[in-house]
Amino acid sequence: MLLDVPTSSVALALQSVVREKNKVYLNVGAASSALTGSQCSPNFIHWVYDTYMLSKSTGGAMVKAGGDSWYFLTADYAFGKQLQEDTSTLVKAAGGKVLGAAPYPFPGTTDFSSFLVQAQSSGAKVLGLCNAGGDTVNSIKQAHEFGINSSMQLAAMLMFITDVHALGLDVAGGLVLTESFYWDLNDGTRAFTKRVLPKTPKNYPNMIHAGCYSATLHYLKAVAAMGAAEAKKDGVATVNRMKAMPVEDDCFGKSTIREDGRNMVASYLFEVKTPAQSKGPWDYYNLKVATPGNEAYRPLADGHCSFIKT
Amino acid sequence: MFMIFGIPGPLLFGQLLLGLINGAFYAMLSLGLAVIFGMLNIINFAHGALFMMGAFVSWMLLNYLDIGYFPALILAPLLVGIFGIILEKTVISRLYKLDHLYGLLLTFGLALVIEGLFRNAYGSSGMPYRIPSVLQGATNLGFMYMPNYRGWVVLAALFVCISTWAIIEKTSLGATLRAATENAPMVQAFGVDVPRLITLTYGGGVALAAFAGVLAAPIYSVNPNMGSNFINTVFAVVVIGGMGSIMGSIITGFALGVVEGLTKVFYPQASATVVFVVMVIVLLVRPRGLFGRTA
Repeated sequence: MLLDVPTSSVALALQSVVREKNKVYLNVGAASSALTGSQCSPNFIHWVYDTYMLSKSTGGAMVKAGGDSWYFLTADYAFGKQLQEDTSTLVKAAGGKVLGAAPYPFPGTTDFSSFLVQAQSSGAKVLGLCNAGGDTVNSIKQAHEFGINSSMQLAAMLMFITDVHALGLDVAGGLVLTESFYWDLNDGTRAFTKRVLPKTPKNYPNMIHAGCYSATLHYLKAVAAMGAAEAKKDGVATVNRMKAMPVEDDCFGKSTIREDGRNMVASYLFEVKTPAQSKGPWDYYNLKVATPGNEAYRPLADGHCSFIKT
Repeated sequence: MFMIFGIPGPLLFGQLLLGLINGAFYAMLSLGLAVIFGMLNIINFAHGALFMMGAFVSWMLLNYLDIGYFPALILAPLLVGIFGIILEKTVISRLYKLDHLYGLLLTFGLALVIEGLFRNAYGSSGMPYRIPSVLQGATNLGFMYMPNYRGWVVLAALFVCISTWAIIEKTSLGATLRAATENAPMVQAFGVDVPRLITLTYGGGVALAAFAGVLAAPIYSVNPNMGSNFINTVFAVVVIGGMGSIMGSIITGFALGVVEGLTKVFYPQASATVVFVVMVIVLLVRPRGLFGRTA
């Protein structure tokens, strides 16, 4: 069983390898919605999020709040481009405009000052950050440094609670982002976090950590039901068994896995708290909008997944 | 508003200034590398990791000992420099008589170990480090808002680079150092403790990297990968400038920062590769580098 695989370009490359070897591929970390679309595979399940869900949730919220002209700062590889494409489609469908984009080389770019100044001179109302991890942290930090946040709204299209921690609430406060897990969301997430914290005391889990737990747990349940020998023989059969069984755990509650391999967990739009609002360690999010799993993702037909018989 | 090559004039000047600011980092880092290579003949691949250590030490000083940015500008290079001296005394000095490649491999391995240890302890998301309050804010230059901190970085980098160049080229200590690299036994015969001189020089080069790290901490998040992001470009800068030339690496650092800044305006996707394209051209046309001395 292959688990997690962040970095969309690597994740896409592995689809055919896993299919050829007939193993089970549970992706948690990569974002590209093409993984359950044009590049789908019967050996594959996409566990906690994708670029479409992020665009719909964060992008949709910003357009609704008046952000109708966008400029993108995009990591120039599979993930960034897919996220920019999904968000542009959504913005235009909602009546907004895309005024331009700055695709920067990935990996290796640490200084975004040049691109940020270009974004500011475009006159767009929203700066869409189609990047992740260290790039997102650096671009938000530098946007503050150059005063971009006073003339444009920052939309961090993919951001985790660990990135918020790296930025600090005085810089990140007020940002709007989408995750499918928050440690303080409900009793189940709090129980899971309590079990995990002793092993990672400096780090609270984000949706990827929770997703790896959830995917592994469901896989083991399926293997227990099938018998290990059967599961080892045929990856497609194991994945089909996983799709047939409803998913339930502390992290994400109940969800179902669609035929194209999309696990339909709910998506949550969070607003990052300001330092004044935060009452304890890692108390970072206010929940704004919860989108149920069956509405959060791209409709099955629009994905054009080749092995689905319509 | 006037246009140059289809780009509004103010935007272009803004990008040139930003390029200069980035060039300041390249100049500082390549200076340390050039000093170490020019004086010691060691290709110090650990330079990026030591730059990262400079940033981390300044973060640790703030978070564990409440020591602020300005004292950290002196303390962090000192502490990391001492660490560099320990490295030199224990492992690096054994390789001086061998081929350059061994030094490269050893320092590359050291870089991986150092980065791995920090990643293990602090994760890879990074730690926040505030710009000191006296340097916060921005100045309206007319064509762009320049953050005051970035202006400070250029001035500090220029000061340190020129001071280092002056020490090496214009003082008797520098002369002794340069003589020791050309003919160590002769200089030793004059009664100069050459091994100690070399150790201190390595420490000095490392301290320069750590100083750049402290300057970088408020701008880039302090994370274990920050060194490896810079190191490839910095090596290209040193090669273009000429491996042994101090002034060459300073000038080339600033110049390539500007070239990279202009590429970001006209064709951003190539901004990471343009430095290497220049390096290839320079190596083909003038292999010893723009300012390098012939062997």
